[in-house]
Amino acid sequence: MHQRQDSVIPGGAIEAAVTLSESSEASAAGVTLSESSAASEVEGPSTKSGRAIVITSGKGGVGKTTTTANLGTALACRGASVVLVDADIGLRNLDIVLGLENRVKYHLLDVLEGRVTVEEALVADKRTENLFLLAAAQSREKDEVETFKLSALISRLRERFDYVLIDSPAGIELGFKNAVAGADEAIVVCTPEVAAVRDVDRVVGLLGNRFRPRLVINRLRPQLVKKGKMLSVDDVNGILRLPLLGVIADEPEIIVTTNRGEPLALRTVTPTGAAYHAIAARVAGEDVPAPIPPAAKGSFFERLGSLLGGGR
Amino acid sequence: MNARRIVITSGKGGVGKTTTTANLGATLAKRGRRVILIDADIGLRNLDLVLGLEKRIVFDLVEVAEGRCQLRQALIKDKRFDSLFILPAAQTREKDAITAQQFATIADAAAEQADYVLIDSPAGIETGFRNAVAGAAEAIVVTTPEVSAIRDADRVIGKIAGEGKPIRLIVNRLRPDMVRSGDMLSVEDVCEVLSVELLGIVPDDEEIIDTTNRGEPIVLDDANRLRAIYDKIARRLEGELVPFTRFDNQTLFGRILDALKAG
Amino acid sequence: MIEFLKRLFGQAGSSATAKERLRLVLMTDHLELAPDMIETMKLELVDVISRYVEVDRERIDVSFERQDRTLAMLANIPILSVNRPNGNGAHAGEAKPAEAKAVAAKPPTRKRRRRRKTQVPATVSAR
Repeated sequence: MHQRQDSVIPGGAIEAAVTLSESSEASAAGVTLSESSAASEVEGPSTKSGRAIVITSGKGGVGKTTTTANLGTALACRGASVVLVDADIGLRNLDIVLGLENRVKYHLLDVLEGRVTVEEALVADKRTENLFLLAAAQSREKDEVETFKLSALISRLRERFDYVLIDSPAGIELGFKNAVAGADEAIVVCTPEVAAVRDVDRVVGLLGNRFRPRLVINRLRPQLVKKGKMLSVDDVNGILRLPLLGVIADEPEIIVTTNRGEPLALRTVTPTGAAYHAIAARVAGEDVPAPIPPAAKGSFFERLGSLLGGGR
Repeated sequence: MNARRIVITSGKGGVGKTTTTANLGATLAKRGRRVILIDADIGLRNLDLVLGLEKRIVFDLVEVAEGRCQLRQALIKDKRFDSLFILPAAQTREKDAITAQQFATIADAAAEQADYVLIDSPAGIETGFRNAVAGAAEAIVVTTPEVSAIRDADRVIGKIAGEGKPIRLIVNRLRPDMVRSGDMLSVEDVCEVLSVELLGIVPDDEEIIDTTNRGEPIVLDDANRLRAIYDKIARRLEGELVPFTRFDNQTLFGRILDALKAG
Repeated sequence: MIEFLKRLFGQAGSSATAKERLRLVLMTDHLELAPDMIETMKLELVDVISRYVEVDRERIDVSFERQDRTLAMLANIPILSVNRPNGNGAHAGEAKPAEAKAVAAKPPTRKRRRRRKTQVPATVSAR
């Protein structure tokens, strides 16, 4: 794994590429598709083994759900079959981020408690083929989930999908533990803020030796980094020292897309959409460079606006 | 005379509970009140960091609960203020290291020595949240004008209202430019949906990140408008009728600029 | 250009969509959180309807469905018999139980009854 410093071009634009290469160790741990003969022998000749990845962070509000939704969308756009599992019982939001809140009929606990089959509970995404959602229960509590049942469900989902992405709740309590229990890989999401870095550090410790978590840095504001008012990518990963999956800049567009329930990964022309596709490619084992989104490039009008005190 | 015990919570993480606790506490202290802040986020403590007091932690909440030290030994005095203290959370323990009853007892003990006890709740609605609420007699729910945050706030409001504790709302990280362009819910929208008394409106300010990095609450910065905002919130908390700041002073030219920016 | 003009004149952007979605989602969340309330509402509803028609209480089904931009309550209430218009008793057991085609109970011709207010905009329809 190798990173290059941001280089600042005079005039205010930042163009940089963070080049990553998967270490062979990480690749081997990650890819388990049809080559996993051991699993096939135990479960039957036609069983494929997908990857179950938990997306977590410790700190809330850093973008776990947004990342789950967008990464899932991007992976599905590439042709993989993907199921997103919302493990935030009682505070479900994956459905609303995907715009599927009106289509949820049954939830995770309905499945775990045997009232419906998983097929009946899965909601097909409105726009992306091969993308499905298993929603959390809204009116239940996290301690009503039996860990072993959730793990068993995740295993079953892995047999039918290339990717099972588990959206972990914030914190490190039971909800987090349950989300982690069924996964075999982890992605940790961090924002460039001291509290978030500290929490991710704690979570990585709690994840222990079973995982080699990979890092997504979210809500970077290159302008603030330049002014020295925000941690840089190097600052963050200098402390965390994790394989970097990608960096996503803070964009007001993200709020708009959540308002509408349309993940930005659907729009690959946007910096954020492109960033998620690059992350998806990397998750799939490809070695791609990831440009840090040029959100710092202010347009003429933006700069004019701020010069004139734009509307405040 | 016992303190008012107020929990600051949200459901959704990252909306500004800790920042609000720190800045509101600092503002009350500046107004001459005796304030004790309690970090209830065991295992993911951050209140100490936000106040820049992380190097001065000797004892923590769990040690007080386990009787290994006195409350006064664990309290850290913030030297920038006359009477602002913080009881930090434990970092290497779990939320179930303490029961709701134990937490309530500590909050009561703190209340005997202060005018305000502000409890920084963890995100979520699990044990940590329940413990934090158990220590309080009233609640401030913090939300941002975003769909997920409001939904979670609604859930949390339902839970706390079920206990009969008064609840008030702070809308945090408002971006008036985005509200004007129709890309962000307005404060009116949020209040309409949540139907809870509004305590304050705090605009988004990129300086906050820097102040957290440095461990200096933003209300110490005289030049920052958030200082006046938190002052209004403190006054409202104390019963004063203070009009809310209007963030939509808009000239036609300003609108043109916003439209161009958005386009 | 239209987009620009819309923004210039403060027309609704994604926030209007967000507010609508939020309203609906919170209604659904609240309903999910109050199964007791729904049970009580069901019983009271059936009591009211039973004043006009005799219903099969065992086979009543009440559900909630998102329709377009609103939430609707759907009630399927099998009717066993209907009182004669002049109010003289029901024909219990005489006819086969029939599925009602239109359930929205009209007030009887003699007395005017006030419609009970419901919080959820409900359309009561039969299948």
